[in-house]
Amino acid sequence: MSVHETAPAEHAGTRRRIDVGQFGLAAFLVVVGIYTIVDAAGLEVGFADPVGPRVFPYVIGSGLVVVGVLLAVATARGSQPEPEEGEDVDLSQSADWLTVTKLVAVLLLTVATVNLLGWAISGALLFVGAAWSLGSRTLVRDVLVGLVLAVASWYAFHVGLGIPLTPGVLDGIL
Amino acid sequence: MDNFQLLMGGLESALTPMNLLYAALGVLLGTFVGVLPGIGPAMAIALLLPVTYRLEPTSAFIMFAGLYYGGMYGGSTTSILLNTPGESASVMTALEGNRMARAGRGAQALATAAVGSFIAGTIGTILVAFFSPALADVAVELGAPSYFALMVLALVMTTTVLGTSALRGFAALFLGLSIGLVGLDLNTGQPRLTFGVTQLVDRLDIVVVAVGIFALGEALWVAAHLRRKPAHVIPVGRPWLSRDDWGRSWKPWLRGTAFGFPFGALPAGGAEIPTFLSYLTERKLSKRDDFGRGAIEGVAGPEAANNASAAGMFVPMLALGLPVTATAAVMLSALQGYGITPGPQLMTDHADLVWTLLASLLIGNTLLLVLNLPLAPLWARLLRIPRPQLYAGILFFACLGAYATNMDPFDIGLLVAFGLLGLMMRRFGLPVLPLILGVILGPLMETKLREALTISGGDYTALLSEPLAVVIYVLIALFILGRPFIARLRARAEQSADPDELEDEKELAQS
Repeated sequence: MSVHETAPAEHAGTRRRIDVGQFGLAAFLVVVGIYTIVDAAGLEVGFADPVGPRVFPYVIGSGLVVVGVLLAVATARGSQPEPEEGEDVDLSQSADWLTVTKLVAVLLLTVATVNLLGWAISGALLFVGAAWSLGSRTLVRDVLVGLVLAVASWYAFHVGLGIPLTPGVLDGIL
Repeated sequence: MDNFQLLMGGLESALTPMNLLYAALGVLLGTFVGVLPGIGPAMAIALLLPVTYRLEPTSAFIMFAGLYYGGMYGGSTTSILLNTPGESASVMTALEGNRMARAGRGAQALATAAVGSFIAGTIGTILVAFFSPALADVAVELGAPSYFALMVLALVMTTTVLGTSALRGFAALFLGLSIGLVGLDLNTGQPRLTFGVTQLVDRLDIVVVAVGIFALGEALWVAAHLRRKPAHVIPVGRPWLSRDDWGRSWKPWLRGTAFGFPFGALPAGGAEIPTFLSYLTERKLSKRDDFGRGAIEGVAGPEAANNASAAGMFVPMLALGLPVTATAAVMLSALQGYGITPGPQLMTDHADLVWTLLASLLIGNTLLLVLNLPLAPLWARLLRIPRPQLYAGILFFACLGAYATNMDPFDIGLLVAFGLLGLMMRRFGLPVLPLILGVILGPLMETKLREALTISGGDYTALLSEPLAVVIYVLIALFILGRPFIARLRARAEQSADPDELEDEKELAQS
């Protein structure tokens, strides 16, 4: 994480390139900041409360706006972010946003179906869908693993911890 | 030796066969999750929290302690056997540890890490037992202004110390503070930043935020940059240490402990600085020339420092109710789940629980050593799980944890939202810890601020009405002024470490 701040010198050719995406982040910070301030402005100040519920959001919102503007300036001057490294992260290749989109879609599908289908089915679908999105092509094995995980966790929570997860369509079968 | 008796009392109530079973289970689960690439100790605890929901507090704490130390040890196993460390505290361990593993001394690296962690954790926990009550006695006298100053200190330190860009640190901090606003204002009962959503009125669950940012964020980030060829895992046998290794390790263990504990206890952002200092010291003191080629001192010292600072973090957490690391933040929120209010009164109101927790830490630490030395080859094999299934499993358990709390799909949705935020933060190099601390400390800060100013009738100079508060603000100012110096020191040390690394890569490519 902390390594290689001076790295740009090594590949001088790319040093002056501006990370356009960072302007998006700066804009995001400013928007969140302004929304925080606007939201706070609508609050009523109570009695015997010299600070009131507004001051803190005002400070935070202003902070966000200032940081956002500073970040935009730094970006324009060529400040590069330092994407996080990790065991399975290969930063030498460009980002694969299609996989990320697939994963998010699978997660949202879980949100939409978990109460209807129950955890045992939705959880299994989540596992299979996520593994497939990440490039697994052993569908049969993934389905088996997913089902075992989901059904086992349903029973573990129900019997072991006394927490009844939603049975969904399998109500009465599990 | 009053504290000693209390600690023994804690040991007595913790040491039942059933509780030992929970401790063992905690250690195994913690190591299992901690070994998995991309998961650090904070995330291991957050992910496994639902498992402890229905246990009584004593058993839950014991399992917790096991999870905690297990997660920590799992993380160092990963950084020794795979070169790329998952968290900043393991960077120094990976430096020498991975070279030892490549040179066929992986077993010794794991062993010195395990024994060093055990020694540092034990000494650290005993120090916590002696310091926390004393500090809590003092802290009870502290007023809101001092508390407010302490929290400002914790936030400024973590924000500026971690990562290389203070600007990005502050971006993360303010985002976290803003997230911390969501929910009812405690004084006036008005909803803030809830977008009219009823589920948001009750404030956000820190566990959902943490799991979203850590687990989902990491999984999505990995998905965007998945390594096409599997990382190089070095096979390892059963850890052991020769007489020579013991002789070389014991001093670094103690020195690392001495570095780690104070830094963990100060609100200075965890283990990054002490592990780094320990590495530098061992390198300077070493009489041999094998530093940079797998010196055992370079693993023993930083690992001990890492664990001692992990123990030190309990001092502010138990005595002041102030979390200074992500792990402490998650643990505090778990304590609150048992209806326990953190703060200086914790040591007196829930003395039995605190002593049981401390005793559990000692037990967990011991079990870790007993269980993990023989199991190391098995853990190493976990690193070979195919990545699609591994990350699918992480997503599965993250969603399960979020869903199991309230059975509300909305919580999974929230998890996904924070996962996307975590993804964005990784893409733009925003550090995660300032955000988490902002979420948990923000509301506390606001409460203390309003408390202080209600007493003074709105006069802002009241914030400087206590001597400790003034001292802390002076410290913060000094720290900010001294920052360029620290940065230069670090850059120099990294420069001197870098050339060997390049050389090493060449060697590996040739073989």
